[in-house]
Amino acid sequence: MKAFAQLFLSLDETNKTNEKVKVLKDYFTNVPDTDKMHMLALFTGRRPKRPINSTLIRTWAIEASNIPQWLFEESYHVVGDLAETMSLLMPESPGSSSKTLTEWIAEINQQAARTEEERKLWLIESWAMLDRQERFVFNKLLTGSFRIGVSSNLVVKALADITGIEAPALTHRIMGSWMPEDYTYDQLIQEQNAADNISRPYPFFLAYPIQETSEKRKSAEDVGNALGDAADWQAEWKWDGIRAQMIKRGGEIFIWSRGEDLATEKFPELHPFLKALPDGTVLDGEILSFQNGLPMSFSVLQTRIGRKNLSKKILTDSPVATIVYDCLEYAGEDIRHKSQSERREILEKLQAETEFPEVFRISSLIKFDSWEELEKTREQSRAMIAEGIMLKRKRAEYQVGRRRGDWWKWKIDPLSVDAVMIYAQKGHGRRADLYTDYTFAVWDGDKLVPFAKAYSGLTDAEINKVNYFVKRNTLEKFGPVRTVKPELVFEIGFEGINKSSRHKSGIALRFPRILRWRHDKPKEEADTLESLKKLLGEHGG
Amino acid sequence: MAKPLLEFTDRGIYCEQGRFYIDPWKPVDDAVITHAHADHAYFGHKNYLAHHLSREVMLYRLGDINLRTIEYGETVVKHGVSISMFPAGHVIGSAQIRIEYKGVIWVVSGDYKTDDDGISTPFEPVKCHHFISECTFGMPVYSWKPQTEIFTEVNNWWRTNVQNGVATVIVGYSLGKAQRILQNLDLSVGKVYTHGVIENTNEALRRNGVILNPTERITIESSKEEVRKGIIIAPPSSVGTPWMRKFGPYSFGYCSGWMAIRGAKRRRAADRGFIMSDHADWNGLVSAIDATDCECVYLTHGYTASFTRYLNEIGFNASEVHTLYGGEEEDAEAPTQPPPGGEELPGTQNNQNVSPLTSGGDLEGVGGAVI
Repeated sequence: MKAFAQLFLSLDETNKTNEKVKVLKDYFTNVPDTDKMHMLALFTGRRPKRPINSTLIRTWAIEASNIPQWLFEESYHVVGDLAETMSLLMPESPGSSSKTLTEWIAEINQQAARTEEERKLWLIESWAMLDRQERFVFNKLLTGSFRIGVSSNLVVKALADITGIEAPALTHRIMGSWMPEDYTYDQLIQEQNAADNISRPYPFFLAYPIQETSEKRKSAEDVGNALGDAADWQAEWKWDGIRAQMIKRGGEIFIWSRGEDLATEKFPELHPFLKALPDGTVLDGEILSFQNGLPMSFSVLQTRIGRKNLSKKILTDSPVATIVYDCLEYAGEDIRHKSQSERREILEKLQAETEFPEVFRISSLIKFDSWEELEKTREQSRAMIAEGIMLKRKRAEYQVGRRRGDWWKWKIDPLSVDAVMIYAQKGHGRRADLYTDYTFAVWDGDKLVPFAKAYSGLTDAEINKVNYFVKRNTLEKFGPVRTVKPELVFEIGFEGINKSSRHKSGIALRFPRILRWRHDKPKEEADTLESLKKLLGEHGG
Repeated sequence: MAKPLLEFTDRGIYCEQGRFYIDPWKPVDDAVITHAHADHAYFGHKNYLAHHLSREVMLYRLGDINLRTIEYGETVVKHGVSISMFPAGHVIGSAQIRIEYKGVIWVVSGDYKTDDDGISTPFEPVKCHHFISECTFGMPVYSWKPQTEIFTEVNNWWRTNVQNGVATVIVGYSLGKAQRILQNLDLSVGKVYTHGVIENTNEALRRNGVILNPTERITIESSKEEVRKGIIIAPPSSVGTPWMRKFGPYSFGYCSGWMAIRGAKRRRAADRGFIMSDHADWNGLVSAIDATDCECVYLTHGYTASFTRYLNEIGFNASEVHTLYGGEEEDAEAPTQPPPGGEELPGTQNNQNVSPLTSGGDLEGVGGAVI
């Protein structure tokens, strides 16, 4: 554990990618193999089990810190990270422990079988054995989320340097569901192929945005200059659903989401067509709600995400189908190295053979002879319930991760309104102790009605200014939320708008974010609820 | 009820009986200044009273002002009110202002720290009835280590950088942190170079008779190779500027109390964050307030709401007051080097220099500012 705590500290002590990779390599070469795999699991988002309820951990930490509960909560808002808050508030201890990461995780897992009394005793003894940094890391293990500011790409790079195995191959080998208890370092580094684990998905290939923001809008000419001859490219709609990889191997089916969650059971409608596929087939596509052969907006699909049990009503109201756009494995063979056009041919052949064409759909190609023509077609995205257009180079291989070059997303501009900031709350992680989470309102007569929260879109310098404004213009405090003097106006962008009975304003936005700070607009000139509701009529579902 | 000796107005802390203000942020006739940082020593007053050791820095920062300076423990009487100064330990020349009239004693802390930094005159608790305190780091998550430990880390980091042929840039604000760093560096490692803003302050302090370790101002003639073997002390405003980039490759360390929080540290994107502050930590604040034996304590800036609540829970009579202090909170979050006079505070263009909670004339009963 000392090594793991030091790893955290060292990663925090540099901002340079090369240094970070070096630190990761040092860690890998200095710890036992089981620790390597635990670290790899943690750094690639495989959360350890959490046998102790975090409310209890919090309660015991408050006792150990000897401060009132409210002060603990306030401290948490300042620090923005529970594990760190607990480690900062507990008194320093002179104790020491030489247990490895693997041993600590094993102990944590053993707590599942213990009584509450035993857990408390164990936890307090454990805290006493660890210094502040170790305690922070230990608390992280206990409370789950391991967002530490190091991408899994970096970890893979370090591992690739050490093992001599290429990064894309390693990325593939650490996909899917494995736990450090059942996947050894030896297994990881030995030569193997995808078939070793029939559930294992391929790393997703992700598109790069053609335009990052509506301010950096690209014209057809810009696109042409960047991408060259239109004839080298295929275009499809960019569907607004859940990206999924669908696998049929060894008679079994698996559906993986982009976040590497196994979601097979969430989409029973897809099972018949997947089971009917030939063994050794892997498809990449988007899952959407469909009714009468037409895709429905994401908000319909949203109603069934996160549900444990899919009731009959949900299956009737929001039935799903998939729009497939790629084939990664065919007849048991990894075909990612084949060109986009070749893979497309195979996909079309597979789809032509299906008995379930209503569920196994194919992403139709958009015909276009010039970039200007495509730009015009793109205007129809919203009507198609699409987010814009996808561009794929016809000779491109299916690559690993987000890569510039062969796959581009050309999204439509977001809808937008000008709104007044009325509440602010402190952020987490990098934004700890800064007011970064805002609530925005539009006018309803002479009242401001809140309609959206947004966390992103401002530069660090702007955030500092808004933070300063919030601190000096607070009207009221409700727990962590501050009511702020209504004065600052921002342009809020969003992808979609829907009716909502849960919100005061009667509407809900999809993916709201700040497009820009409207220094030029006084609050009186912000938009009205009426103008928002008009958008509902035009674009809402 | 008789009017309190000190009251909080939209110009600053005011003593009606003595007809003077303490650290006012709008132009007044008589200003008593706790220390020379820009959020306490504003431009535009007719007469200034400050500590001897603030003299040259104030003249450098505020230009040709009418300034009288006194020693710690010395008393000045204005309209029957006794004013004296006691060390605040915040930066060189920083003072707590003690005000006495008819047996009632008030103390204004300004900014302070309870640990001895080896360069500022160490903090001295002063008994009083009413204590006006800062609480920049008034949360229990802030707890400082002894500075010898921190400087061991700093010196080791510097040594490693020299071995690796990487320049070393250490960032701290120009009055206080910069000199504290300078006096605690291990000069056997190499030479100390300074950014112009810091060297100007060093020169002002040297004119004031303060003995500082030797430094060399960085100019366009400075050799990059030579500078790389030493250490550069730079202000927060230089971070990420072309000035700093030209010393690359470098490792840059940030010295601030905010470095205690991982998120805050990551936000600064510093290679190294050294947890070192010129403000008291949580325990320092509580012990300093306790040592005054005060009947009432007023919290001016920092985590005022939480800290006030806590103090009341443990038996103090505490209240929050709203001031414009904290603009130079030892880091780049707020502007660190506002131009002398006429500061533009970001985001408050429309109601500049007036805290909304104290504006509107009626000070009594607003935001707990009743005294």
